[in-house]
Amino acid sequence: MFRAAVRLSVSGARSLTRPQLGRTAPLAQRCYSHGGKLESDEEFDARWVTYFNKADIDAWELRKGMNTLIGYDLVPEPKILEAALRACRRLNDLASAIRILEAVKDKSGPHKKIYPYLIQELRPTLDELGISTPEELGMD
Amino acid sequence: MLTSRALVRGLKSWFWRPLSSTSSVQAAHGKGSLGVLYGAGLRTIRPVEGVITSLTVLYVSPDVLDPSVPQYNNRLDTPLSDVPFVRNLNSEQRQLKEKEKGPWTKLTKEEKIALYRLTHELTYPEMRRGSSEWKTVLGGVFIFLGFSGMLVWWQRIFVFGEVPHTLSDEWVEKQTQRMIDMRINPIGGFAYHWDYAKKQWK
Repeated sequence: MFRAAVRLSVSGARSLTRPQLGRTAPLAQRCYSHGGKLESDEEFDARWVTYFNKADIDAWELRKGMNTLIGYDLVPEPKILEAALRACRRLNDLASAIRILEAVKDKSGPHKKIYPYLIQELRPTLDELGISTPEELGMD
Repeated sequence: MLTSRALVRGLKSWFWRPLSSTSSVQAAHGKGSLGVLYGAGLRTIRPVEGVITSLTVLYVSPDVLDPSVPQYNNRLDTPLSDVPFVRNLNSEQRQLKEKEKGPWTKLTKEEKIALYRLTHELTYPEMRRGSSEWKTVLGGVFIFLGFSGMLVWWQRIFVFGEVPHTLSDEWVEKQTQRMIDMRINPIGGFAYHWDYAKKQWK
């Protein structure tokens, strides 16, 4: 959903200046550079959630996954971020968890409504794991 | 030669901008002196024969970042760097790291901030913060423009001579009258603008 919003805004569709829930938009698809079938949003999300949900994920894989994810032209869905935060917990790495939150806020760019929505969706996870947001720590 | 190396180092310390703020900060991050040696393997610094080299033999300048080992960097597009910012932890930092293995709900805000700062040098807003360098640049530009203006002014007063007498007001008056009488450019130019009936400019 966020991908579609970001892409459509970038392409100049003025009616879509902020992400809206439940609107009907064509299903944005991820294209491979050659051959292969197009991957849907759900498949993309599922793939990344599985990646971060690996029980014995190691620190390198977490870093690689996060850096790659941030390199994409999209803001990750809350479920991907939740899996990443839980991976940080398994690796006993609070600093990376906070960094991930900062990174997605930065990733949303001018779309100011995305980050509060993400935090709202992640609030149960944040409270459960004891992760403070950058704002709570005064780092903004 | 040791003396020339010292000379270069002295010149460098004058003109080159340092990479990190203090050498103690650098030491904590594992840069400089033996930290770099441990990371990169022993540097080949050969003692110069016959000269006392105790000052330079095992010291590797912290200005040199070794690109062959993973390094820390502050990048917006790479949230998690290869290595943490502070690699050589002192004992209380190590204790904090142990506490991090337990539930994070038990950490205070200050401890969480401290943990963050151990792994990362700058937060995202700090990375995005601009500098005031543009003021220096603009100021410098104006100073030099002003200086050039001063030179031009001085030149005007002390170098240029008198202006020809044909530019004096009296001459120009008579000249204009003559041009009107001659009907210079009567269609689109000079005399066109003179109203011959009312004897004034239109």
